[in-house]
Amino acid sequence: MKQYIIIGNGVAAAGCIEGIRSIDKDGKITVISEENHPVYCRPLISYYLENKTDPERMNYRSADFYDKMNCDVFYGKKVIRIDAYSKKIVLDDDTKLPYTEICVATGSSPFVPPIEGLDTVEKKFGFMTLDDTFALEKAIDKDSNVLIVGAGLIGLKCAEGLHDRVESITVCDLADRVLSSILDTDCATIVQRHLEANGIRFLLGDTAVRFDNNFAQMKSGKTVEFDTLVLAVGVRANTTLVKDIGGEVNRGILVNDRMETSLESIYAAGDCTEGNDISLGQKRVLALLPNAYMQGHTAGVNMAGGNEVFGKAIPMNSIGFFDLHIMTAGTYVGEMYEEKSDSTLKRLFTKDGLLKGFILIGKTERAGIYTSLIRERTPLDTIDFDTMKKIATSIAFSPENRRKKFGSVV
Amino acid sequence: MKRVYVNEEWCLGCHLCEYNCAFANSGITDMATALKGKPIYPRIHIEGNDKISYAVSCRHCTDPICVKSCIAGAISKTDGVVRIDKNKCVGCLTCVLVCPFGSLSPDESGVMQKCELCLQNTCGEPACVKGCPNRAIVYEERGEDE
Repeated sequence: MKQYIIIGNGVAAAGCIEGIRSIDKDGKITVISEENHPVYCRPLISYYLENKTDPERMNYRSADFYDKMNCDVFYGKKVIRIDAYSKKIVLDDDTKLPYTEICVATGSSPFVPPIEGLDTVEKKFGFMTLDDTFALEKAIDKDSNVLIVGAGLIGLKCAEGLHDRVESITVCDLADRVLSSILDTDCATIVQRHLEANGIRFLLGDTAVRFDNNFAQMKSGKTVEFDTLVLAVGVRANTTLVKDIGGEVNRGILVNDRMETSLESIYAAGDCTEGNDISLGQKRVLALLPNAYMQGHTAGVNMAGGNEVFGKAIPMNSIGFFDLHIMTAGTYVGEMYEEKSDSTLKRLFTKDGLLKGFILIGKTERAGIYTSLIRERTPLDTIDFDTMKKIATSIAFSPENRRKKFGSVV
Repeated sequence: MKRVYVNEEWCLGCHLCEYNCAFANSGITDMATALKGKPIYPRIHIEGNDKISYAVSCRHCTDPICVKSCIAGAISKTDGVVRIDKNKCVGCLTCVLVCPFGSLSPDESGVMQKCELCLQNTCGEPACVKGCPNRAIVYEERGEDE
């Protein structure tokens, strides 16, 4: 009987469990969870602050999930070492557990920049986990003045989540624009204006270089007074366990399309990995929930002796702020097609006869049709792209293709 | 299992399916009260051009990418039917970002909704099919299942 160990208990782990059980009903599955929570929806922590969900509804799976999947979960435990020779993992309480296959699903950790005087700040928080969120919630009240360092997805969702619960929010980022990892300058400007219209203040191209209790000394020379600090500068993939035993690691643990690492019997999935981005044609860390699940599922199936390939990974994000929806996917290379109105923007990027990426702001209907063109690498000369670029619609496919889509089992 | 399929050559583009869908999922017994003078948010919609039209609704895929992508764990597949737990949905639209058919759209409050084949509303079978005047939408077995 196989003995599967899953290191981590996030969405990639859930995918892995379900992947294993789709093939192997009997093997022993053990999950090592650092957090004292069953798998929950990490990206929902800002919605929790907005009272749009609660811890119960944030559970990713039903309460009987681990029982139904016949899994043991070790809560509050950390794996300190994989011993590949004796095929055992070692926990922080010195427990040793044997394995036949491992899935490393350790996720990522917030990167805390070494800023002078950070230790003098009394109320400072990360914004990654449910426990971070509970701690932040406890520290704030309607008079709080919050400084968020980092205008990326995490920092901005935190700002939205806190918006109705605090007095003021200032967001700073060394980058010259918001969401710099997924938006170009024009698009970032639209989003920034919308956030500003909702009362969020920005200091861009600027960041805190020194803290003194409730004051941040900015690079620009400005001083910002605050009482609550959120650090959302960025995240780093947790690669140590694999790196320590000689596995190939770059910014993430390197995996192939079967989610195999360079080490025998060791797989990896989720935010800790660096896998193929087919829109870029290179490996890249794709720290996104859908990819985490799909990678986890693929790892699980293959660990159990099945054969699954996850060969369609691309970056993709659907994110909204104060009712403005933004969708992005792929890589922004090649020729750009643009449509603009007062409140919407569409940018499609094509290269070598393929759709490579897009940015949609405000108008996002049926965007999945565009996403599928990127993922499936659909040659644009096989569709009516003149129609498609204006409106995402399956009428742009051939009648045969459409018959397959809407007239058969897909 | 039975799914909804379209015969695009028979679709008149009359949009009746959209109204029947909205009514069936309204929880209201009288069609006029449910729909009259209100914007509708059906789970099926007509696409097309000046020559062809056809109805688009959830395909209940063999390997549904919306289920795998939902950041709220709100979409699941049981007994072949892809369902959404509207109570868990936070309206992030990730399912819209990934559905290759463009089948999903939000309700009036911004929460996602989708075709669940009318199996749990009072209609009991797809209302779009039942009310289609030209049998351009059918509910039947086609091909092998997973």
